[in-house]
Amino acid sequence: MSNNNASNNLIIAQRTVKQLRLEASIRRIKVSQAAAELRNFCLQNASRDPLLVGVPSSDNPFRPPKSCSLF
Amino acid sequence: MAADKAEMDVLKKECDGLRTQIEAARKGVNDGNMSSAAGSATDVGRVQLKLRKSLKGHLAKIYSMHWASDSRSMVSASQDGKLLVWDTHTGNKLVAVPLKSAWVMSVAFAPSGNLVASGGLDNMCTVYNIKAASPKTLRELDAHTGYLSCCRFLSDTEIMTASGDTTCCLWDLETGKQKIIFTNHIGDCMSLALSPDENTFISGACDSLAKLWDLREGTCKQTFSGHTSDINAIQFFPNGNAFVTGSDDCSCKMYDLRSDQEVITYQDASLNAGVTSLTLSNSGRLIFAGYDDFNCHIWDSLKGEKVGVLSGHDNRVSCTGVPADGMGVCTGSWDSFLKLWN
Repeated sequence: MSNNNASNNLIIAQRTVKQLRLEASIRRIKVSQAAAELRNFCLQNASRDPLLVGVPSSDNPFRPPKSCSLF
Repeated sequence: MAADKAEMDVLKKECDGLRTQIEAARKGVNDGNMSSAAGSATDVGRVQLKLRKSLKGHLAKIYSMHWASDSRSMVSASQDGKLLVWDTHTGNKLVAVPLKSAWVMSVAFAPSGNLVASGGLDNMCTVYNIKAASPKTLRELDAHTGYLSCCRFLSDTEIMTASGDTTCCLWDLETGKQKIIFTNHIGDCMSLALSPDENTFISGACDSLAKLWDLREGTCKQTFSGHTSDINAIQFFPNGNAFVTGSDDCSCKMYDLRSDQEVITYQDASLNAGVTSLTLSNSGRLIFAGYDDFNCHIWDSLKGEKVGVLSGHDNRVSCTGVPADGMGVCTGSWDSFLKLWN
């Protein structure tokens, strides 16, 4: 019983080490560079963001046009 | 036995060493933060969106909603035991799917618009064909040993699920079988999001960690810490290089994948409610986060400031979503209503 637990814990520990080795090995870029690129993306796409720029009433898909035509 | 203990000690020492190494590597690149980078960006000012439609139809708490790729249809799930597919331009209900189990926690629309999927406390993900004359159950994906918290289609033949059994899973819809099981979280998985290129996905769990996974290899590539409670919501920043999480610790955080760490926290002393859901506007500048305080608060993702609020629900906001064309934001609530704002 206790043998099984011990070998299970061993397997878990081995897996944890393997995972940590993988995570430790990645290349990391500077936060200042990452932040600058995120900022640039936001700014470059700002004009194409309807929630930032506003949706004109004539073109608002969720709001029917105000005028009502009778034929 | 003694040999086992000796080996355990060696492994534990190596784990501790690796963790220290990772923290040092992160510190080593931590030469600034988002606020300083954002300094040069203009303020967004007060974001005041108007309520355009209130969709009535559900008879109980709404737990989840998901936009279709056409930015017009949307599916919602309620514990009244129904999925409703809406035409958000007219406010009409297009399809009603009765559920075998009313305890639904997540719903998803396939990119094709042909299928929807849902699941919850039944531990299953059920896929329905909504283009048939009446909604037809296509598959019942039954293998998780815990509740289904989130599902997302890759296509009509593949779907990702996240579960309270701490795993995420990639399923083959043609066979109904699991293709890959993603194990590494030590708490219930609450949410997942696919990267724009669909090569990776991120998951948030009750172990307060977010993880990045290789979708095809099945491996966990990176682990992100910082939250002090369950992560309930997770979404990619539109360029796929960062993601935002929402947590029971009442904060949202943005993490950058390439610097492998948190770059900004969105929190306010006056906000003492857990974050249930979140979504981003198309440029990534605005974060819409649903809270237990019945509101959806709007954050400037670059400056970390609250810039607006969507008020109107009479109970917890449980789900939010911005469609692909970015023309509005939908909020769903335990008050049984869905609201559309822009």
